[in-house]
Amino acid sequence: MPRWGMVIDLDRCTGCQACVLACKAENNVPAVGMGEATRGRVISWMQVLTEEEEGHPGEVKRFLPRPCLQCDDPPCTKVCPVYATYLNPEGIVTQIYARCIGCRFCMAACPYNAKYFNWHRYQKEAPGQNPDVSVRPKGVVEKCTFCHHRLQKARERALFEKRDLAPGEYVPACAEACPARAIVFGDLSDPGSEVSRLARSPRAFRLQEELGTKPKVIYLTEGEGRG
Amino acid sequence: MAEPADHRDATLLAPIERTGPGFYWAVGLLSLFILWGAIAYWTQLDEGLGVTGLHQPVSWGFYVTNFVFFIGISHAGTLISAILRLSRAEWRRPITRMAEVITVMVLFIGAGQILVDLGRPDRVLNVIRYGRYQSPLLWDATSISAYLTASILYLYLPMIPDIAILRDRLGKRELLYTVLALGWTGSARQQKVLNRAIAVMAVLVIPIAVSVHSVVSFVFSMTLQPMWHSTIFGPYFVVGAIFSGIAALIVAMIVFRKAYGLEAYLKPIHFRYLGQLLLVMSLLWFYFTFAEYLTGYYGGEPEEMKVFWAKFSGPFWPFFWGMALANFVIPVLCLMRLGRRTVGKVLAASLSVLVGMWLERFIIVVPTLSNPRLPFGEGIYWPTWVEWGETAGSFALFALFYLLFTKLFPVISIWEIREGREVGVKEVEERVVSYLPDTGEPVPAESVRRR
Repeated sequence: MPRWGMVIDLDRCTGCQACVLACKAENNVPAVGMGEATRGRVISWMQVLTEEEEGHPGEVKRFLPRPCLQCDDPPCTKVCPVYATYLNPEGIVTQIYARCIGCRFCMAACPYNAKYFNWHRYQKEAPGQNPDVSVRPKGVVEKCTFCHHRLQKARERALFEKRDLAPGEYVPACAEACPARAIVFGDLSDPGSEVSRLARSPRAFRLQEELGTKPKVIYLTEGEGRG
Repeated sequence: MAEPADHRDATLLAPIERTGPGFYWAVGLLSLFILWGAIAYWTQLDEGLGVTGLHQPVSWGFYVTNFVFFIGISHAGTLISAILRLSRAEWRRPITRMAEVITVMVLFIGAGQILVDLGRPDRVLNVIRYGRYQSPLLWDATSISAYLTASILYLYLPMIPDIAILRDRLGKRELLYTVLALGWTGSARQQKVLNRAIAVMAVLVIPIAVSVHSVVSFVFSMTLQPMWHSTIFGPYFVVGAIFSGIAALIVAMIVFRKAYGLEAYLKPIHFRYLGQLLLVMSLLWFYFTFAEYLTGYYGGEPEEMKVFWAKFSGPFWPFFWGMALANFVIPVLCLMRLGRRTVGKVLAASLSVLVGMWLERFIIVVPTLSNPRLPFGEGIYWPTWVEWGETAGSFALFALFYLLFTKLFPVISIWEIREGREVGVKEVEERVVSYLPDTGEPVPAESVRRR
């Protein structure tokens, strides 16, 4: 069974936000209006967090793209009262929009704030929407799923052509869109894959590792480029 | 039952027999607030939780604060009444019923807050269909429904003899009282069974009550979030709950004392005892708060400190220091000396504690959420008219439920007051005698030790 994972090289990230936009287009993430945005209700499954460099305030910005980290021990799934969010066998933390009761306990429990709520009915039925992605009604929680509809599609295609899923056949939209190739995606259970190799790098770290959530999104620290 | 006794307790039946204009004014006023709450909730149901001030990252606000607060108030009743009954405190007699009613009424309001907080209230039954017992919310559902059931029973059992009095004397709503009185005749056997049942329920209800506010605290402490993930949250919440519960009980007692002229039953001595209990709880609450914050501060973990300073000197300072003032400084000053003007001082302290404990719940829920671990920047939460309306409506609905109860059933237990006159006085005397060393020949120390 594959364990899907992602490596994000912070040295390569330019903060261009291509991943953010690719994600929004792929997953029909609704653009909320200005009023809602100022109220802090922007939905962005992939979000580029910024931080001023310590010691150089106002000079150097650092970027941290943050999808859902797909923890192996997710704090959000434990607290869900209705199994609307759970860790699937391939290691993806999934959401069942049709079951969620909107209690927002998972949002309160996620240490990475990777979960978003539909405060209003944001999603509109309009042409140009990706038909592969589930519709989110008003009042439910949504989040990054590693574009797992792409996995379903790729797997169906492979099945139809009577072959195994090839490496690189299933890639989330953010990894595909990154012009700096900062985002590498693949199977962590295959020791030969590029993600596995990068995940073993001495630069590799996980966000808030001390919390024991075991994220499957692994970051490579900055520093190599700067020597 | 003796006729003179019936006549003596006529005051207790008066609110059920007659209804003055004050009642209609009160119902009218409360209805206005309830209407505001209903409009607020309807708006929210129609447009989504977006009409509130909630956002990312502060996804819980007033509703969850109210939930914790109201469930806390529920500890007034059943728990205090059970402890007073079990410890045979004779001064409990005019108090227990009022306390038990608070519990039952406020539990409905508290549980309702969760329903209001849900993004999809239409799917609430998923909690039963797909319930996941790993979630503390399910623990809440279990514990609170057990508490509600036990509290209703514990309220109802001691009401049976009183309902029988109403059935025999009142001459209206006969069907209701006849059914609810369960054929009570007051025979010695019935009385024995009833006393036994009340005693069993009193013992049973204490662990359930403790479990209720423990699991409410577990909603927060089971997560990994800074200043939530704390081992003392269970007992801390229970202490706070009893604290706010006593305050609510005192306020209710003073209101109905005034409205129904119960000065003969609720004397300053009752308020003095409850005031002393409130003072003890205030000190205990301060101790828990001090221990909790000192531990966080001394460890100095950066994530914890972010939340800590947000409360101490950041945007939440008025609420934090307001809480310290209202929960500790004011009640201690009011309750230190209760010699004169007892009722006024106790009322001031209780009102202050109610405000303070609401702030305490708020200061636990919101600052942690508004200070995420990752660099998102601080999220500031400010409620809209919808949350204010819902909150006002909830308080008013609770008051209305309570008021309607008092128009249907006596708010002070008539038969227990009688029992106090007829049996209690003698029993206490015998009990006190039994505490004293036996009179007669003084026994030499040697032989006592051998025995």
